[in-house]
Amino acid sequence: MRLSYPSNVKIIQVPCSGRVDILHLLRAIEDGADGVYVAGCLEGECHFLTGNVKAKKKVQYVKNVLEEIGIEPERVEMFNLSSGEGPRFAEIAKEMVERIKELGPSPVKIQKAA
Amino acid sequence: MIVADRKPLKEILEMVGDSKKVLILGCKGCVTVCNVGGNKEVGILASTLKIARAKEGRPLEVEEKALERQCDPEYVDQIKDIVEDYDAVISMACGVGPQFLSERYPGKRFFPAVNTTFFGGAVQHGIWEERCAGCGACGIHHFGGLCPIARCSKSLLNGPCGGSADGKCEISKDVVCIWDLIVKKKMEEGHLDELMIFRPPKVWTTARDGGPRKSVREELVQ
Ligand code: SF4
Ligand code: SF4
Repeated sequence: MRLSYPSNVKIIQVPCSGRVDILHLLRAIEDGADGVYVAGCLEGECHFLTGNVKAKKKVQYVKNVLEEIGIEPERVEMFNLSSGEGPRFAEIAKEMVERIKELGPSPVKIQKAA
Repeated sequence: MIVADRKPLKEILEMVGDSKKVLILGCKGCVTVCNVGGNKEVGILASTLKIARAKEGRPLEVEEKALERQCDPEYVDQIKDIVEDYDAVISMACGVGPQFLSERYPGKRFFPAVNTTFFGGAVQHGIWEERCAGCGACGIHHFGGLCPIARCSKSLLNGPCGGSADGKCEISKDVVCIWDLIVKKKMEEGHLDELMIFRPPKVWTTARDGGPRKSVREELVQ
C-alpha cells in the first residue's frame, strides 16, 4: 500500500514511542521545527506495556514548557494509532501539517532567519 | 534526600536577564535523585532557555555541566578554570549549591534554578513527600517511627488536635493526619499507654530556633 503524506513531515523512527525523550522534542523546536508530534500505538497495545503512556506524559511536559515561554503548545502533539493503520498515519500527518500552517512558522525559526 | 522543584521558567529567565552566555550547573546528589537538577534536567533547561531567548531574537549561549556535589569545596573547585567564561551561572542544586559557589567565586553571579522544599523521599515514582524537618534532636521512636514535627501541620507533639477527621488533617483532605496514624499504630502495637508518658517540652534550640547550626567532628578536622 503506497500512501502519500505531506513531504514536509520528517519521520524519525524509534523502536517504541516510549523511547522518545523530552529533550528530543525540545531539540526539534530549538533547531527551528515548526511542530513535532509523536505517533505511538493505541493505548493498551504497547509492546513494552506503557511506552505510549509515558510518551504522552512527556509530550504534555513539553507542551507545558512551551506554554510557559509563550510558544503555542499545539506545536507539539501525541497521536495514537495501530501499526496496521496506514491511512490513519497519512491522515494524522495532514492534520498536523494543517494545524501548523494555521499557527504559522515557529517564532524560533523566524528569529533565526532574521 | 533534599527535595526541590524547578522554578517557573519566567523567574529563571528574569534572573538570567541580559546575560549572553551562561553555564547551567547541575548536581549529581539529591537533586539528581529527585529528578530536578541532574544532567538530564540541565539539558532540558538549557534547551528551554535557548528556545525562549531565540524566540525573542536574543540568542543565549548555554553550556551544560554537572558536578558530583555542589555542597563540597572539592567539587565546587572544578569550575575554577571556566567560571570566568560566563556572564552568570545557573545552579540546579539545592540552595546550598549556589551559596557554596558564591562563597568560592566572589564577584560572579550565581542563580538558583530550583526551589528547595524539604527532606523526604519518593513514595512512588514521581512523587516525593516530606519526612523530616531537621529538628536536631530526633524523637521519632516516641511516636511509632512517624515524625509529627515534619508531618503534622502544626508540628504537635501531643496530638491529634480537634481538626483530625477520618484520618485526614483539617488543612486538606489530601493531607494525612499523622497523629491519627501514630495513635492507630500505638493501639495496634498495644503500646497506647506510651503516649501517656510525661515528657518535658521539646528543647528547640537544636532546631533552627537556636540560630544557624554547625556540626564539628574533631576527629576529622585537619
Ligand atoms: S524528630 Fe526531628 S530529626 Fe527526627 S524526623 Fe522529626 S524533624 Fe527529623
Ligand atoms: S489534624 Fe492531625 S495533622 Fe492536622 S494539625 Fe491536627 S493533629 Fe496535626
